[in-house]
Amino acid sequence: MSALIETSYFATAVLFILGLKRMSHPTTARSGVIWAGVGMALATLVTFLHPEIRGQYGLMLLAILIGGGVAWWSAKRVAMTDMPQMIAIYNGMGGGAAGGIAAVELMRVAGDPSLVESHGHLALWLGVLGALIGSVAFSGSVIAWAKLDGRMKKAVRFANQQQVTLAILAAAVLLGIWVALATPGAFVLFLFFLLALAFGVMVALPIGGADMPVVISLFNALTGLAVAMEGFVLDNAAMIIAGTVVGAAGSLLTVLMAKAMNRSLFNILFKQFGPASDETT
Amino acid sequence: MIEGLAALYILMLAGFVGYEVISRVPVILHTPLMSGSNFVHGIVVVGAMVALGQAETFGEQLIGFIAVVLGAGNAVGGYVVTERMLEMFKSSDKRKEKE
Repeated sequence: MSALIETSYFATAVLFILGLKRMSHPTTARSGVIWAGVGMALATLVTFLHPEIRGQYGLMLLAILIGGGVAWWSAKRVAMTDMPQMIAIYNGMGGGAAGGIAAVELMRVAGDPSLVESHGHLALWLGVLGALIGSVAFSGSVIAWAKLDGRMKKAVRFANQQQVTLAILAAAVLLGIWVALATPGAFVLFLFFLLALAFGVMVALPIGGADMPVVISLFNALTGLAVAMEGFVLDNAAMIIAGTVVGAAGSLLTVLMAKAMNRSLFNILFKQFGPASDETT
Repeated sequence: MIEGLAALYILMLAGFVGYEVISRVPVILHTPLMSGSNFVHGIVVVGAMVALGQAETFGEQLIGFIAVVLGAGNAVGGYVVTERMLEMFKSSDKRKEKE
C-alpha cells in the first residue's frame, strides 16, 4: 500500500481520537466533530487511490452520492426531538455496511478458496464474527428506529421469547462456524446472514421506548467492533483503530447511560420491566 | 501488513484509548457523544469501497454497492446529526438542555 494512503489513514486515526476527546467536553465539543469530519473526508478521498481497487470507480462514486445524499437530506430536515432514532438508523447503516463487506469477502473466498491462504485463517474467523455482529447491529437498529419513530408502537413479547432468541443465536453461531471452516457457497451464507439479522430483531423487539437510547448505544458499540473486525479482513488500520475506539467508548457510554437512568444494562436487556412494560398492558 | 501480536497490541491500545477518552464525560453530552462515535465508525465506508473495488461477480458488486451506500449514509448522516446537536453548545453555556 502506498505511503500516501498509509500516512492519510494514520492521520485519520489521530484526528478521530482527538475529535472524540474534544467531543467529551462541552466547550470544545463542536470543534471535535469537525476534526473527525476532516479525518473522514481525507480517508475517503485517498481510498480512491487504493491499490487493491480494480475498477468500479463510477459505481463507488454513485453509491457515495446516493447514500450520502439521502443521509444529508434526512439529517438536515429531521426535528431536534427525533435525533435518537436518526442515530439509530445511521448506526444500523454502518452495521449493514460491515455485514456487506463481510458478505463480499466471504463470497470471494467461496469462489476462490486459495484466498484464505493469503488472507489468513484468523482474518476469516474475524470476518465471520464481524458479519454476525454487524448484521445484529443493523437489524436491531432498524427495529430501534421503527420504535422511536412511532412506526412500531408496542414492545413485542411472547411466551418463551428468550428461549427462541437464544435458539436463533445458537443456530447463527453454528452456521458461522460452518462458514469459517468450510467456506461454503451462497446459500449457506445467505442462511447465516438471515439468522444473524433475525437475532438482532429478536434482541430489540421486547425493549420499550424509554430504554431504547441505551440499547442504541449498545448497537453503536457493536457496529464499532464489527468495523474493527472487517478492518482486519481488509488490512485497514484506520478501520481497526476507529472501530476499536468506538467499540470501547461505546461500551463505556452504554454503561454510563444505563447508570444515569438508575438501571443496569442487564436489567434493560433481560428483565424487561420499567416504564416500557406499561405499554403492553 | 498488520500481523499477529502487533494487531493484538493495536486492539488493546485502541480499546484503552476509547475508554479513557470519554471516561469523564458529563451526562449532558451522552447523546451527542453517542452520535459522534456513531459518525466515527462511518469509516466503514472506506472498507466498503475497497470491497466493491475487489468485487468481480454481479452478486458481489451488488452487495458491495449496497455496502458503500450504507457506509456513506452512516458517515454523512452521523456527521450532520452530531453537528446539529453540538450546535446547541455553541455559546458554551450549559443551560440549554440537550434533546
